[in-house]
Amino acid sequence: MAELSSFDPTQQYDVLVVGGGNAALCAAIAARREGASVLVLEGAPKFYRGGNTRHTRNIRCAHDSATETLTGPYSEEELFEDLLRVTGGKTDEPLAKHMIRESKEVLVWLTEQGVRYQPSLGGTLTLGRTNAFFLGGGRAMLNALYRTAEELGIDVMYDAPVTALEIDNGMFVSATMTHGGASHQVRARTLVAAAGGFESNIEWLKEYWGEAAENFLIRGTPHNRGTVLKMLLNAGVQETGDPTQCHAVAIDARAPKYDGGIITRLDCVVFGVVVNKNAVRFYDEGEDIWPKRYAIWGRLVAQQPDQIAYIIFDASSLKLFMPSLFPPITAPTIRELAGKLELDPTVLEKTIGDFNAGVRPGTFNHADLDDCRTEGVTPPKSHWARKIEAAPFYAYPVRPGITFTYLGVRVNLEARMLMQDGTPAANMFAAGEIMAGNVLTKGYAAGIGMTIGSVSGRMAGRGAAKNARN
Amino acid sequence: MRAIDMHTTTTHPTEALREADRLMVVCNSCRYCEGLCAVFPAMERRRLFNDGDLNYLANLCHSCGACYSDCQFSPPHEFAVNVPKTLAQVRGDSYRAYAWPGALSGLFARNGLAISLIAALSVALFVLGFVAYRDPDVLFGTHAGPGAFYKLMPHNAMAALFGAVFVYAVLALTLSMRAFWRDIAGNTPAGGLAAFFQAAKDAGRLRYLDGGKAGCMNDDAEAPTDRRKHYHHATFYGFLLCFASTSVATLYHYLLGREAPYAWWDLPVVLGTLGGIGLVVGPIGLLAAKFKRAPELLDENRFGMDVAFIVMLLLTSVTGLALLLLRATPAMGIVLAIHLGVVFALFLTLPYGKFVHGLYRFLALVQYARESKAGH
Repeated sequence: MAELSSFDPTQQYDVLVVGGGNAALCAAIAARREGASVLVLEGAPKFYRGGNTRHTRNIRCAHDSATETLTGPYSEEELFEDLLRVTGGKTDEPLAKHMIRESKEVLVWLTEQGVRYQPSLGGTLTLGRTNAFFLGGGRAMLNALYRTAEELGIDVMYDAPVTALEIDNGMFVSATMTHGGASHQVRARTLVAAAGGFESNIEWLKEYWGEAAENFLIRGTPHNRGTVLKMLLNAGVQETGDPTQCHAVAIDARAPKYDGGIITRLDCVVFGVVVNKNAVRFYDEGEDIWPKRYAIWGRLVAQQPDQIAYIIFDASSLKLFMPSLFPPITAPTIRELAGKLELDPTVLEKTIGDFNAGVRPGTFNHADLDDCRTEGVTPPKSHWARKIEAAPFYAYPVRPGITFTYLGVRVNLEARMLMQDGTPAANMFAAGEIMAGNVLTKGYAAGIGMTIGSVSGRMAGRGAAKNARN
Repeated sequence: MRAIDMHTTTTHPTEALREADRLMVVCNSCRYCEGLCAVFPAMERRRLFNDGDLNYLANLCHSCGACYSDCQFSPPHEFAVNVPKTLAQVRGDSYRAYAWPGALSGLFARNGLAISLIAALSVALFVLGFVAYRDPDVLFGTHAGPGAFYKLMPHNAMAALFGAVFVYAVLALTLSMRAFWRDIAGNTPAGGLAAFFQAAKDAGRLRYLDGGKAGCMNDDAEAPTDRRKHYHHATFYGFLLCFASTSVATLYHYLLGREAPYAWWDLPVVLGTLGGIGLVVGPIGLLAAKFKRAPELLDENRFGMDVAFIVMLLLTSVTGLALLLLRATPAMGIVLAIHLGVVFALFLTLPYGKFVHGLYRFLALVQYARESKAGH
């Protein structure tokens, strides 16, 4: 538990790790295995430890051959190309390539820290070749890392948010942490910042998104507030990544404000049409295949009035996608459906009617870009267009669901932070989401956040341990 | 209190079934646990869950607790997902729901241990009274050699008494299993003997009690140990060895005309001794594991029934081993009467106690093997 007894205020630790997710734990374990004394400060209560790692499921690492848990080889070059594709070529190439090379070791290293993977089941997602799935998911992975950390004698404190950092000209001196209503000074020779982004900080999101951010749902815990990131940027650490970028998907509007996790996602956009609160369509629902279509809809809905939209489909599509948490809203006619959604029935009927009139015959294939499309409809639906005509009719209300942000601190090839003048920080390292923006400037490829977290965590932990002993 | 207002198209008669239905909707939209055990792949084959489906899934669950400690939505999260506890409740209810005759299903209630002990004592006292009435000297005499036991109670009387209770137990269990099977099997194509053998293999090594090989969370919700599995093995195989011992002795008696008691090196005694040791170590370990189990995983309502069965198994082995040690002394008469009483009560209560979990779990595993084979 989060006892104060696991923390000795008079001790100067070799390495202070701020954060409690995958990157933080990898850093802590790597540093400890190098012989350093380590304190981990997790701001969240024990149950919510681990930030976004709680909700992840898999990790994308390069590997040369098939394994028990991966169906085929995935070369460094291929992973790099996938990264270029999702970021549109905007990445720190030397760092990205270095991390991808390191990723090959990381799957095995994680296994050595007690992390288990699921045998390739074939299952629900087509990621069996590129991604290793954690047995039991991200929380199981975290549990394994925390058990290992405790066995290694790493001190861990929960409910211990860092409220201030004393940084003198690129040199970390101490941190202030609060626990149980009291403030404590924590001294350490090196700092590893692995405290995530600011996706749960609505006020900060509003700086870029305006009032729309009030209507965002946050898929992870309410503890990812970016406090440490802001303190580092204020202390002269160089910024990286686009602050307006965040990974946003369209999730069920009925999801809780925070921590709804994976089960509120909806992957049925492709099977119907999406209308906004004015009951009109606003984007080509059949533009691209999963996962791109999945990743763009959060931003699209964020740009609509009141940040709400409705996926509308009919009985023929009901069982074509993964079950989700909430049942669809259903009605025997489009008109009645509009009533339940509080949309203008006449406009919705016209929208659906116009869409149906534009549908051209084709051969439906939801696994690939098929030839079912519309003509003379604005916006068009380029693929998977089928008439919405088989009662009953269904709808899911959707809102933007924010997974993580891209703004971060700049680091070099050792995961050491860089100051605004380009000089490396004396004793400060960064790992995970707080520095992911160096590599991942926008877009997303499933599992790559975990790769960046584990690899940078290990790099930062080793670097910090070495630094502390010099 | 639920933040999620989820509808289900099926209605269920109990709160436990309704909660299980709610959880299966949550789990089916997550699926992170699909590598842990058979419950989750079986769940993924369905979108809607009727009572039979939920009873099937509940009896597939070995309550290893791995999914609870791995779940990002377990309490205190507002989704409050606790699959091991909820399925334990459904499983407990299912024993009652399928019991034959239905009128006796109430025996599954909390006073299981009391009922078992009263039954054991009654039979023991009956045997003692019977002997004392006929000839008190026999009771406290020292008897040796073949047929020594039958000085107290003629073999035919013993065989009739235990034969009757055994046949009753088998009949009641068979009819209960039939009702359960009808509810869970649906229209799955027959898997034949292959499914049966697969299930026997999975049951024999408790395949799904290992949290997908990561270990199960038995004692606390954080550190995996396999202790509960090992104690269960000792209990299960101890029981089978004792059963084999009794069967061999019966064959000795009727086919070879050799009467009990047998020498310590003879097969029935060797099997019975080994089994008896397993049935001492296993139940004590299981009882200890039960008291150490993380409270959030425990279905307290079934505690009494579970304990009753474990205690009866333990008493069976302890009195049996005591009989082996004391059979050549004047204490034999009393010990034999108590042992017979315990065994009688054990058999009488088999269809209405925790014993049935083994049978239903086995049938659930057969169904799982059939479904896996049918690939749907």
